[in-house]
Amino acid sequence: MALLEVRDLRVQFETPEGVVQAVNGIDFQVESGETLAIVGESGAGKSQLVMAIMGLLAENGSASGEADFKGRDLMKMPPKELNKIRGCEIAMIFQDPMTSLNPFLTIEKQMTEVVMHHQGLRKQEARAHAVEMLRAVRIPDPEERVKQYPHEYSGGMRQRVMIAMGLLCEPDLLIADEPSTALDVTVQAQITQLVGELRDKSNMSVILITHDMAVVAEVCDRIIVMYAGEMVETGTVDDIFYRPRHPYTQGLLASVPRLDRLSDDELHAIPGNPPNLLDLPSGCRFRDRCSMAREVCFGVPPLQVQENGCMSRCFIDMNNGEFLPAESKGVEENAGEDSK
Amino acid sequence: MNSPADMQIADPQVAKTELEDPFAAAMAGQDVRGRSLWVDAWHRLLKNKAAVISGIIMFIMLLLVIVGPLLSPWEGDFTDWDNTASPPNFETGHWFGTDAVGRDILVRTLEGGRISLLVGLVATLVSLAIGVTYGAVAGYYGGFTDRIMMRMVDIIYALPFMFFVILLMVVFGRHIVLIFVAIGAVNWLDMARIVRGQTLGLKNTEFVEAAVACGVDHKAIIRRHIIPNLLGVVMVYVTLTIPQVILVESFLSFLGLGVQEPMSSWGALVNDGAQDMESAPWTLVFPATFLTVTLYCFNYIGDGMRDALDPKDRA
Amino acid sequence: MSNPVLRVQDLAVNFCSHTGGFLRRKERVLRAVNGISFELHASETLGIVGESGSGKSTLARAILGLIKPSRGRVMWLGENLTELEEEALRQKRKEIQIVFQDPVASLNPRMTAGDIISEPLWTFYPNMAGLQVEERTRGMMKMVGLLPNQINRYPHEFSGGQCQRIGIARALVLNPRLVICDEPVSALDVSIQAQIINLLKDLQKKLGLALIFVAHDLSVVKHISDRVMVMYMGCSMEVSQRDALYRRPLHPYTSALMKSVPIPDPKLAAKARQDRWLTGDMPSPYNPPRGCIFHTRCPYKVKRCEADVPALRRMENGDWVACHRAEDLDLSI
Repeated sequence: MALLEVRDLRVQFETPEGVVQAVNGIDFQVESGETLAIVGESGAGKSQLVMAIMGLLAENGSASGEADFKGRDLMKMPPKELNKIRGCEIAMIFQDPMTSLNPFLTIEKQMTEVVMHHQGLRKQEARAHAVEMLRAVRIPDPEERVKQYPHEYSGGMRQRVMIAMGLLCEPDLLIADEPSTALDVTVQAQITQLVGELRDKSNMSVILITHDMAVVAEVCDRIIVMYAGEMVETGTVDDIFYRPRHPYTQGLLASVPRLDRLSDDELHAIPGNPPNLLDLPSGCRFRDRCSMAREVCFGVPPLQVQENGCMSRCFIDMNNGEFLPAESKGVEENAGEDSK
Repeated sequence: MNSPADMQIADPQVAKTELEDPFAAAMAGQDVRGRSLWVDAWHRLLKNKAAVISGIIMFIMLLLVIVGPLLSPWEGDFTDWDNTASPPNFETGHWFGTDAVGRDILVRTLEGGRISLLVGLVATLVSLAIGVTYGAVAGYYGGFTDRIMMRMVDIIYALPFMFFVILLMVVFGRHIVLIFVAIGAVNWLDMARIVRGQTLGLKNTEFVEAAVACGVDHKAIIRRHIIPNLLGVVMVYVTLTIPQVILVESFLSFLGLGVQEPMSSWGALVNDGAQDMESAPWTLVFPATFLTVTLYCFNYIGDGMRDALDPKDRA
Repeated sequence: MSNPVLRVQDLAVNFCSHTGGFLRRKERVLRAVNGISFELHASETLGIVGESGSGKSTLARAILGLIKPSRGRVMWLGENLTELEEEALRQKRKEIQIVFQDPVASLNPRMTAGDIISEPLWTFYPNMAGLQVEERTRGMMKMVGLLPNQINRYPHEFSGGQCQRIGIARALVLNPRLVICDEPVSALDVSIQAQIINLLKDLQKKLGLALIFVAHDLSVVKHISDRVMVMYMGCSMEVSQRDALYRRPLHPYTSALMKSVPIPDPKLAAKARQDRWLTGDMPSPYNPPRGCIFHTRCPYKVKRCEADVPALRRMENGDWVACHRAEDLDLSI
C-alpha cells in the first residue's frame, strides 16, 4: 500500500474577485522510500496542494478530497491529531528558512524543544540527538554551532538546520517546498544532494516541490507536472526527461539554461504568463501558450493513461505524437476508470 | 556614437512601430481598470460587520449633530422657566428633559457633539499633518537630522501635559482654539514616532531604492513613495486617535479647563450631569450615551481598518 | 576598438559595523568590494557572477552611486562619477539605469504600472505634455511585451515576470546607455527567466545598450554576456571572453561554479554530482583568509596560495585571471 494516497484533491480560495480554484482534482500516490517531484510555475497550485494535505491553508481557503496517510485520511482528521502527525511523521521544509526559525532562540533550544515534546526525551539526550542530526546534514562543528542563533548561519546552513529539524523525529515523509530556490547554485546542488542521501539512509519518502526541472533530475523517481491547478503530465523521471509528451513539459525542459551544450544562443522560453485562475481559457488551459495548439484544443483535453502509469492531459497522442480527434472524450472516461 | 545630449527622450519611432502588432492593437482598444490596494482594503472593510454598522451610526450621528439643532424648536441657551429640571417628556417637547436652569438636553447634547467631534477631527488632522511630515522627514533622512528631530520630540514629550494646558489657559485665557492647539501639540508626537518607525522600514525597500536610481528627488520620494505606503497605518491610528482626543477634551472640560459656557461639549455636559446625577439622572445619561457610542464606533472602525489594511491578509 | 563607455578602476566598498558592548566598542570592517577594475564598451554585455556575499550587488550599486565607494573611480564617458555632487549625479541617472532582483518589491504597490514607468519622465522632463508621456509609456509597455491597455493596473495584478517587465520598462524609459541588471531573473520561475533574458538581449540589440548583468548562476549569464567576470568575496577572480570561459575556465572557482549548475538530464546529473567538489560556505568576510582568498576551498591549492595574494593578470588570449596556477591547470570541460 502506498504511504500517501491522494484522491481528487481540490483547493479553492475565496477572494474579493471571486472563487479561485487553485487545485482542480489531483490524484497521486507516494510509495515509501520514493521521491516524488511536483513541478510547475508559480500559481500552478503545487504548494497549495501540499498545504491542503497538511491542513495549513490560509483562512480563505478550503479543500475537499481524500489524502490517506498510512490508511488514515488527513483531510478528515481533527486538527490536534493532524498537528501531531505534522511534527512527527510528516516533516516540512519551506523556501525561506528564516521565516520558519525563531530568531530569538538558539538552534539548540529550537531543536531540543521538538524532540522533547514529541518523543519525551530528556534534555541531555535531546541535545545529543540534535547535535547528531546537525552532523548528519553536514554542519561543521555541530557541538559549537548548535549554541548559535539563526542569524549567525548562512542561507544554505539555515536550510540544513531546517532539514535537520525536520528529520529529528525520523519522519516517514518529508515535504520540501522549493527548498533550494532562494539559495546560490553552489548550495542548491548540495541541498538536493543531501535530501537524496538522507532519503536513501532512512528510507523515508520525499515530496519535492519546485519550478526548476534541473533540480529534480538528480534525486527524483517520479514527477508530476502541474499547470493552472491541474496535473498535465506524470511519469517516471526517465519518461519525463527523455520522452516528455505534453508540450508544457517539453517547454519546461527546454527553458532550463544549460552549460553542457555549447551551441544554443537563444534561450527557449515558454511564451506568455501563467493564466489568471479567475479567468481561465476554455478547453485546454495551456492552449494560449502552446506552440502546437490547434482547433481541437478549444475542447477539454483528454487525460491519456498508459499501462506504466504515465499520464498526459493533451490532445496529442502519447504513443505516436499525432493529434487525437476532437471527440476523444471517451478516452478520458475509460482511462479514468482504468486508473482506479 | 551619439553624445548623451543627442539621445533625445521620447523616441516616437519606437512607440509607433511597436503598436502595429494586430494582437496588441485589438487588445489595446479598451484600457483595463486596475484595482488599487485601497479598493481591496475597502472591500475587506465592507465585509466587517462591526465596522460597517459603526460607520453607519457615526454617519447618522454626524447628521444629527449638524442638522439636529437647526430643526429643534429650542435654542441651546434658551431657558424654559416652565420646565426646569424636568425629566424626558414628549408633551413639553423636551425629549431628553431639561437641566436645572431649563435648557433642553437634546439640543445641548447635539451642540456639545459638534464641539466634541470638531475637536476630535481638527486636533487629529493637525497632529496628522505635522506628525506625518515630521516623522517621514526624520525617518527618511536619518542620521544626524533624525537624531536632532527625535530628541526634540522627546523633550516635548517630557513636558507635563496638564501643566502645559494650564499654562496656555493662564497666558491666553480660555478659548476653544487653545484646546485644539493643546491637544494637537501633544498628539502629533505619537504620530511622528509611528511614522518615523514606518519610514525607516520603507526607506530600505527596493522600490524606494529604484526611485533614487531613477533620479527622483527626496521630496518626491517622501511624497509619492513613502507617505502613500504608510497611510494605512496612519489611518488606523487616526481612527483610534479621534476618540482619544474626544476623551481628552472631555477630561479637560470635566476639570473646568475646557470649553466655556454657553458653549458646551459632551465632556462638559457629563460634568454638569454628574453633579445632578441623583436628582436628574437624565442630564448625565444622554450625553454620556452619545459620548460612549461615538468612542465605541471609532474603535470598531479603527479595528476594522487595521484588519482590512493588513497586507498579510492579501490572498 | 572604440573607447569604453564605463571604466571602473580599483573600486572598493567597505562597510563598517560596530560590535561589542557600550564600553568596549569594536569596529569591524567588511570589505564588500575589494579593488575591482573593468571596462565596458557600448553595446557590450558584461556578466558578473558570484555566490551571495561575493559583493556583486554592492558593486552594481556602487557603480550607480547608490552606495558611496571607499576607494577607486567610476569613469563614465570620461567623467568620474564618484566625485560628482548629488545633483550632477542625479542628472547621470538618465544615462545609467538599474533593474532590480525582486520584481514585486521594486515596484511601489500604490502606483499603477503607467505611473511607475513614467515616473522618470516626470522627474526629468516636468514640462513634457501629459499625452506625450502617456504615449511614451504605452510604447515602452509594448516594447517590453506588456499589453499597453494594462497601463492602469497595479503591480499586485501582474505576475512576477510581468512585474519584471515593468521594472525593465522603467529602466529604459529615459533611453539610458547603460543598464545594470542586478539578478533580474533570480526570483522568477525558470520558464519565465528565459523570456526575460531573451527580452533583455533583444532590447540591447535594438537600443545599442551596454549591459551589466549580475547573476549567481553561470548558466543564466551565458546566453546574454559577451564577457563574464567571476567574483568571490569582493574580489574579481576571472574576467574572460564568454566562449573562452565556458570552454576552458581559467580559475578553479569558475570551474566549480560551472559544475554546480544542475543539468536537466538524470543520466548526466549522476555523473555531474561526482564532479562537484565545491562544498561548505565562504569564510567569514570579516576575517578573510590570507593569501589567495579562495585557497580554503580550492582543491588545487599549493603552498604558495596560502601566502601570496595572486594579482589579477592578463593571459595570452587577453583574458584576466587571479590564480597562481592558471597556466598549468587545465580546467576545460
